[in-house]
Amino acid sequence: MAEHHVHCVVNGAKQRGIVESRTTLADFLREGLGLTGTHLACEHGVCGACTVLVDGKAVRACLMLAVQADGHEVTTVEGIASPDGTLSPVQQAFVDCHGLQCGFCTPGFVVSVTSFLEANPDPTEAEIREGISGNLCRCTGYQGIVEAVKLAAARMRDGAGVGQ
Amino acid sequence: MSAPAAGRYVGQSVHRKEDPRLLTGHGRYIDDVVLPRLLHAAFVRSDLPSAVIRSIDTRAALELEGVVAVLTGADLNPGAGTLQPSMMAENPDAIVPPLKPLADGDVRFVGDPVAVVIAESRAIAEDAVELVDVDYEPREAVASMEAAIADGAPVVHPELGSNVAMDIALPENPELEAAFASAAHVVTERLVQHRHTPVPMETRGIVASYDRVTDQLEVWLSTQGPHEARRAFSRVAGIPERHVHVRMGDVGGGFGQKFFTPREEQTIVCVAKHLGASVKWIEDRRENLLASNHARSDIATVSVALDAEGHILGMKFDHLEEAGAWPVGGTGGTGPFAAMLLPGPYKVPKVWWRSRVVWTNTCGRGAYRGPWMFESVAREEIMDFAARASGIDPLELRRRNVVADDAQPFTTATGMTFDRVTPATTLEQAARVLGYDDFRAQQASARAEGRLLGLGIGLYIEPTSTPAATLGVEAATVRVESGGGVTVFLGTAAHGQSIETTMAQVVAEHLGVDYDDVKVVQGDTDRTPFGGGTGGSRTAVIAGNATREAALKVRDMVVEVAAHMLEAAPEDLEVAEGRIAVRGTPVRNVSLADVAAAVHNAGTGLPSDTPRLLEATGRYETPSPTWSNACHICTVEVHPVTGQVEILRYVVSEDCGRMLNPMVVEGQVHGGVVQGIGGVLYEHFVYDESGNPLTTTFLDYLLPTAAESPRIEIDHVVTDGPNPSGVKGMGEGGAIGSVPAVFNAVADALAQVGATVTEQPLTPVRLVEALEAVGA
Repeated sequence: MAEHHVHCVVNGAKQRGIVESRTTLADFLREGLGLTGTHLACEHGVCGACTVLVDGKAVRACLMLAVQADGHEVTTVEGIASPDGTLSPVQQAFVDCHGLQCGFCTPGFVVSVTSFLEANPDPTEAEIREGISGNLCRCTGYQGIVEAVKLAAARMRDGAGVGQ
Repeated sequence: MSAPAAGRYVGQSVHRKEDPRLLTGHGRYIDDVVLPRLLHAAFVRSDLPSAVIRSIDTRAALELEGVVAVLTGADLNPGAGTLQPSMMAENPDAIVPPLKPLADGDVRFVGDPVAVVIAESRAIAEDAVELVDVDYEPREAVASMEAAIADGAPVVHPELGSNVAMDIALPENPELEAAFASAAHVVTERLVQHRHTPVPMETRGIVASYDRVTDQLEVWLSTQGPHEARRAFSRVAGIPERHVHVRMGDVGGGFGQKFFTPREEQTIVCVAKHLGASVKWIEDRRENLLASNHARSDIATVSVALDAEGHILGMKFDHLEEAGAWPVGGTGGTGPFAAMLLPGPYKVPKVWWRSRVVWTNTCGRGAYRGPWMFESVAREEIMDFAARASGIDPLELRRRNVVADDAQPFTTATGMTFDRVTPATTLEQAARVLGYDDFRAQQASARAEGRLLGLGIGLYIEPTSTPAATLGVEAATVRVESGGGVTVFLGTAAHGQSIETTMAQVVAEHLGVDYDDVKVVQGDTDRTPFGGGTGGSRTAVIAGNATREAALKVRDMVVEVAAHMLEAAPEDLEVAEGRIAVRGTPVRNVSLADVAAAVHNAGTGLPSDTPRLLEATGRYETPSPTWSNACHICTVEVHPVTGQVEILRYVVSEDCGRMLNPMVVEGQVHGGVVQGIGGVLYEHFVYDESGNPLTTTFLDYLLPTAAESPRIEIDHVVTDGPNPSGVKGMGEGGAIGSVPAVFNAVADALAQVGATVTEQPLTPVRLVEALEAVGA
């Protein structure tokens, strides 16, 4: 099995590793770097639990190879809160609106919503529901999540700032 | 019925203790567990629904670098104990198929585990699975209940001799027959609920580590019941229970699928013992859809007789349910329980039922949020058929038959005694919130424009915290730590239910401490009291009342010590926010930390009979199911050309007694409702006629997303439950009421043009066919 060196920046820190050609970005993050916040729930690109930001864009880490991240910047759920632990506006809104129950899909939602609100800071409810329809949740019926996105958007428009 | 006043903590929507770690990627789920020298497992599974195994050639797999072992039934089955859960293992009359860790000479559904590869990584294990050569002699399979009960059908389990696992019927009732003969209206329909599956977002998984020297088994597990798992592992592997330590971290949903201890987890424990090693198995999504216990799959011929005024005279329920090949727990059947709950919230003078459970060459049946809920499907759907047949509005028909709030206790014709339930009140509240009459007017005007709107009601009474064996009891231990903080030890197993939050609220309320100073420990068999696990809507009622009692006992101990310190009578002291003060003289006070220091240090002057440990265990045994109830009303628009269903409004009125945390209660309702919607409209696990599964990815097995899910409007009726906390269970209810509500709404829309549906799922294809059948 061919092996490759990967150099990338993850959550602001330089990282390197040796991976097989077939190693996914998700497996590299979880097993190679110990960043287990990125979750795998389908491994075929439907559920969105493994969503991370690559150069600021939301991608599914189960559908991207680790070698493709070479030379790129990756943000995982571990990189969303402030270094001092203060939750981002999106994360805080999930707390306030009961946007999570078992929490397994949550990292993917936090990352997707962070990206979504950067692109659309003032979404309607229909736009929110469409915008998060690439992420599956089995616990919340999405109601708390939709409320959280609305609240985060309102707070960020009021100047709380996005994420990091 | 006014809501009782909330406490300082109980009844408040406090923020969840679970959230910060889960939102920042610092949860610890099963695949996050890593041990030194950890090996990885992957299963070789049957791709035939029924076949004899001629041979298994593992040589090529064993030659692959990194493969440690390839084990088959010949390695693991001899000497393995029963794989059945305790309820079955301890019941000599239980009907159980001959389940072994791995296939024992033949396979009986697609997905049946035949061998297990153990390797240095999961990727290598999966590579080696491809190299295991199994030579099968295919047999004819039965992939549906009708096929299985047909004359001459191949038998799924030759050892049992028949595909009918159970057949129980009440004797024919002449009075019921007479009532049907004299009825103004008799309605009979064959109603079908299709197969679907729980689909927790986190699949199943286990890490098992066995030490031969000490005969000690350490297990990390994604589960709803670590104590039951410990018993199962002890039995299957022949290791004393005290040498089995099971713990769980965060668990990414279960919905019943992780309530008992499934076959693969038990097999991995056998592997760890066989190899004397640490082994991890993480189920992938294909395996989860293919071979983790499925749910539902019921067919019933349901009849109801009405008098001319619409009063129910009697019901008949002839029920078939599919067990699959290897259900989790005996036959997996719930038919008699469903039959006994069939009358639900209505006055039904006479009931006849028959319940049959059928083996098929498909994935086994198991628990899923409200496992018995076909009773609500059958009853609420036949009520709407009866409404159409009699010309009585479905809300009015329910009003005429519902048990009044003040007519309780009420015992049904099937022997269930309900008390403190409010089906009539929730029916009216939901109708009022929805604006029932306005909707009917809107429906009529839409119809005039060629549009199809519909309304459906789902009214039900839900048994929660049912006292079955270990599920009827729970203990809780509360301890004040040396620094004044408080820890609660519970046998529960949260997997999304916010137990760390709600049980901390209970302790804070009754012990008199700050919510932030309470920590909940659960999911560890070496640290917590024995408990039946989290499922069956039992935690708030049973663990909650045990926790309350433990907190009150510790409060008494704290007060006893503080009384000496403050030189006051215990009855003159009050405890709040971690301080114990003399009532009316708040400057005379000590903190919980002061009390703990007095208890744990020598020379503090306490009398010799004073407690020297601020710890107590409370317990609660429920004498009967705790009944909760709700009414769901859903309105839909069915597109007459595409068959697409859009949910317009969704209203729930529910009574789960006193709420520990209304935010958590509503979250449970939201999630349950959307699971029910998914079940009616989208989710369908399909086998072809030969028993080949067709829906083993999320591209084929469709789950509802935010875009399909409605905004759910919830209103509460609060009637104290029959226990010291006044709570009732409620975790399953959302997934019960929603199914008939959505079905009835679509059926109501279709009925306007004479179209009929009796089978789920209500896919666009089925609806278009129903409309075309009547030329609409």
